[in-house]
Parts: sequence; structure tokens; C-alpha cells
Amino acid sequence: MTALAAIRRRRRPTRTLAFLLAVAFGLVMLIPFALMVSTSFKTHAYVLEVPPQLIPTAPTLDNYVDAWTSADFGRYFLNSVLVASASTAIAVSLSAMLAFAFARYRFPGRTLLFGALLFTMMVPGMVLLIPQFVLAKDLGLLNSLVGLVVVYAVMNLGLNTFLLRGFFATMPQEIFDAADVDGAGVWGTFRLIALPLAKPGLATVTLFSFLAAWDEFTWAIVTLSDQKLYTLPVAIRAFQRAQATEWGLVFAASLIALVPVLCLFVLLQRQFVSGAFVGAAKG
Amino acid sequence: MERGGRALAIRRRRPLLPAVRAAGRAPRVRLRRLLPIYGLLLPGLLLYGVWVALPLINSFVLSFTDWSLTKPATPVGLDNYQRALSDPLFWRSFTATIGYTAVTVAGQLLLGLGAALLLNERIPARSVFRLVYYLPVVTSWVIVSLVFLFLYNGQTGAVNWLLVDVLGVLDKPVAWLAEPSTALWAIAILGIWKGIGWTMVVFLAGLQGVPDELYEAASMDGAGIGARFRHVTLPLLQPTTTFLLVVLTIGGFNAFISIFVMSSAATGTIGGPLNATDTVLTYLWKQSFAQLDLGYGAALSFLVAMVVGLVSLVELRFARGMTTA
Repeated sequence: MTALAAIRRRRRPTRTLAFLLAVAFGLVMLIPFALMVSTSFKTHAYVLEVPPQLIPTAPTLDNYVDAWTSADFGRYFLNSVLVASASTAIAVSLSAMLAFAFARYRFPGRTLLFGALLFTMMVPGMVLLIPQFVLAKDLGLLNSLVGLVVVYAVMNLGLNTFLLRGFFATMPQEIFDAADVDGAGVWGTFRLIALPLAKPGLATVTLFSFLAAWDEFTWAIVTLSDQKLYTLPVAIRAFQRAQATEWGLVFAASLIALVPVLCLFVLLQRQFVSGAFVGAAKG
Repeated sequence: MERGGRALAIRRRRPLLPAVRAAGRAPRVRLRRLLPIYGLLLPGLLLYGVWVALPLINSFVLSFTDWSLTKPATPVGLDNYQRALSDPLFWRSFTATIGYTAVTVAGQLLLGLGAALLLNERIPARSVFRLVYYLPVVTSWVIVSLVFLFLYNGQTGAVNWLLVDVLGVLDKPVAWLAEPSTALWAIAILGIWKGIGWTMVVFLAGLQGVPDELYEAASMDGAGIGARFRHVTLPLLQPTTTFLLVVLTIGGFNAFISIFVMSSAATGTIGGPLNATDTVLTYLWKQSFAQLDLGYGAALSFLVAMVVGLVSLVELRFARGMTTA
């Protein structure tokens, strides 16, 4: 026991060193964000000053006001909220149904269907971009927010199903036996028993789906030609191209897009840093 | 013995509702039991079939045709694939992708492991550090690309200020994203910075599986920090490292948004300067959506998917070899 205590005590200088290194490393990770935030409060004259000032000389909120009103970021924000919410609702409900069936029942075609779902999950997004573009064109879903909703829902469906299947599979069999004796049926069991028990898993996939849709760029920039339909990532990039040196405005717009993500992240950080792996490891 | 145990484990992992198990007797009862199950599957599978499975098949067929949106497809056999293999610009983008992937995977593994080891110590404010390191992961690619575009500014960027005015290692500012020799590596640094947090979280999960007693036992046997790391930590992290190697490699091959945004803003062309930042995906993009050469684009996309699959297999095989050795 005393030997162990001595070893633990010997590790204390290591701990101080680790703390200092962690601080230094943290600064490297934070400085780009710090410069983005401080630049968003600077007027045009100070944006490209050398040396870069972390604390703005004459801080102003003008960039945020301009981005929200004259640059129409309110509309892009609304587009992003609509598309991300709708696609998340579809992706989460459909994948919960799929995952529950795959996890708790045996039926003809089970292995084949789940294998097909997993296989297409591994396919790089670019392989799908061309044929989905053609399909959207044929269905009149190019340059449309509905097209975005459908493609984002599909984009999240595979991973969600995979993660949720892990949650459903680890639930104790006794509960389901009891439900079956009570004659709850497949849908009753799903709605009344399985879904309430899977809440942590559902929260995780909801979060991931929403973020993936919120940040999606490639599909949106390929298919959206009408500026009124832009989502935030496309709008921010277009804005930077039009206002190449108005960095204050560009970063104010970026932070408007980033704030909801950061709020979710800070509130639900445990989901971010562990939830996915519990699900993935169990799947 | 082991086989029996495994079969048992599999059976336990797939519990079945007794009613369904008993339903095998009469076909009509069986059908009535199965219908609601297929009902659960139908909407999801329908969406998946229409938007993923059929487009994949369609695209594979069209990769053997000459096809653009303006005219109907004409079959050309293997022409598109042969053209890709003798296309110098494709090979150039392929080499650049390999370089980008190697650098970003190595960087993320090393720094992610370093960060995980730091936060695995009982230091103060651990959760704050974890939050800070993870911040780039949750920030969208478009935003971090614009931030780094700003940092890399050829005259007044923070990177030039640091290297020229503060550290004095350079005589004059460098246009990092407009120089063919530096552009891809500048973008790779962004890729590493953005991915460290995620790699760290996976490594932390792996480190939690290493029992403290092992370290204490190793210490009592006189093993220093280095020896403990080499003989306890690294071997026990092997499965985690393999997982990360495969996933990060796939991520490296998929690098697109950062290059798209940064190269077009800094040089006016996607993949610029002088194709120095063209990776397989930006090249595929340009062939498909700028040249509208969709048949060729489809062929390129399947070649890339094949290479990614092969590289993942080789990595898994290599990792398994290391474990058994």
C-alpha cells in the first residue's frame, strides 16, 4: 500500500507538466477561433492589421447587424433550420423503425438487407453525388429545399440505423416477453416499450443528424442555384467570394451559423464524446 | 469449446420474441406475424432503395458510357476507365491525395494520442480541455476553411506575422495557399487541426480500457514512463489505433470542402495553384460538374471507391499481422 502511494506521489510532477502542455495545446486549438471572434467585432479598417489584435481597438456590432439584415442571413438561417429539422425528423424516425426490426426480430432477408445497408454506408459520398444529382433532376428536386431534406435524411439513415440497432439489441429480453404476453404486437412494443427505453440513443442520433445536415455543403452547392434557397454554409461561402476582404462581416455570419452548434455542443457534450462509441461498440 | 461459447454468444445477441419464434407452424399465422415487421422496414428501405441502391447501380452502368446531361448516354465499354488510367491529371491528383492522406493521418494519430495521454492524467479542468480540443470537430468545414484562409493571408495573415515578425524564421511573408509547393500542406494542417479532437476522444475511450493496476505493476517492476508507454499503453491501444487508421484514411481520401473553398478563394480555381491542390475528389468534381463529363466522373468515382476499399483492407491485414506477431 505504501509502495503504491509512493508511486502515485511520484507521478505528481508529471501531472504538472501534463497540465502545462495541455494549456499550450489548448491555445493552439483556440487561437483560430479567438481571431475569428475578435475580427467579427472589428470595423473594416482594423480587420487586416499587423500585428493581429485579439482585443479589437474600437469594437462594434455593425457586422452582426449588417449580416443579419442587409446580407439576408436571417433567411439563410431559417432555410438551414427548416432543412436540418425536417431531414432529422425523417432520418431519426425511419432509422428507429429499421433498427428496432433488425435488432429484435428474425425475418426472411434480414441479413441481406442489413448487409446492404451497411455496405452502402461505406461508399464515399462522391460516388453517390453524380447519380443522386441526376435523380433529383429527373424528379424536379434540383434547386429545391425538399431535395435537400430528402438527401440529408438518406445521408444519415445508415449510420443512425447502425447506432440505434446497438441500443435496441442490448435491452433486456424480459420486458419484450412481457409485452408480447400482454398482446402489445410489433408496433405497440415498438412505440410503448422500445422507443421510451432508447431515449439516450435517440438523442445522440438526433444530434448527429441535425449537425450533419446543418453543416452539409457539397450537395447544397451542387443543386441550389436560387440564392433565396441557400443554406448557411453555402451562403457564407458565397458571401466570402463576393466580399473578399470584408472579413468582419464574413466571420460575423460564420458565428451566427456556429452559435446554435456550440450551444448544443456545450449542453450535450457527453453525447458527443461518448454516446456514439457506446452505440458503435455495441453494434 | 470456444466454438460452442461463440455460438451461444451469437444466439444471446439476437433474442427473438417467443410469439414470432412459435409462429413458424402455420404459414398464415407466420405471415400475419411478419407483416408488421416488414411494415417497420418498408419506409426506410424504400427511401434507401430509391436514393442509394438504385442510383449506385445506375451510376455503375453509366460509368461504361459517354454521358453528359445534354445528350443521351452512348455505351463505350471500358473507355472511361482506360482514360482515367492514362490521364496524367488524374494521376497527379491521386498522388496528391496519397500525400495529403499520409500527412493528415499521421498528424492526427500522433497529436490525438498525445492529447489523449495528457487528458488521461488527473489534471485540473480536464473537461474544459476536452471541450476546447473538440471544438474544431463540431465546427463546419466551410467555416474552418474560411478561418484558415484568413490566417494564411499572404501579406497580413497571422501565420506570416508569427513566422516573419515574431519568430523571424522567414524574411518575407509567403502566400501559403498560392504557392504550388506549400498550398496542399497548408490545407493538410487544417485537416490535422480539425481532426485531433475526434482522434483524441477515440483514444481516450481506448485508454479507459487499460486498467490502472497494469501501470502500477509495471512501475513496481521498475518501468519508467517510456517503458510503460511502449509495453503497456501501445499494445493495449492496438485495436483503437487500427480503427482510427482505417477511418482517418477514408477521411483523408474524402477531403474536399477545405480544398474547394480555400483553393478557389486563394487562386481563383478549384485545385489551384497549377493543380497543386487537386485531389481525386476535386478532380472528379471538375470533370462531372464543370465539364459535365458525367460518365467519366462516374468511372472516376468507382475507381476512388475501389482504392479506398483496397487501402482499408491492406491496413486491416497489416494491423492483424502486427497483433499476431
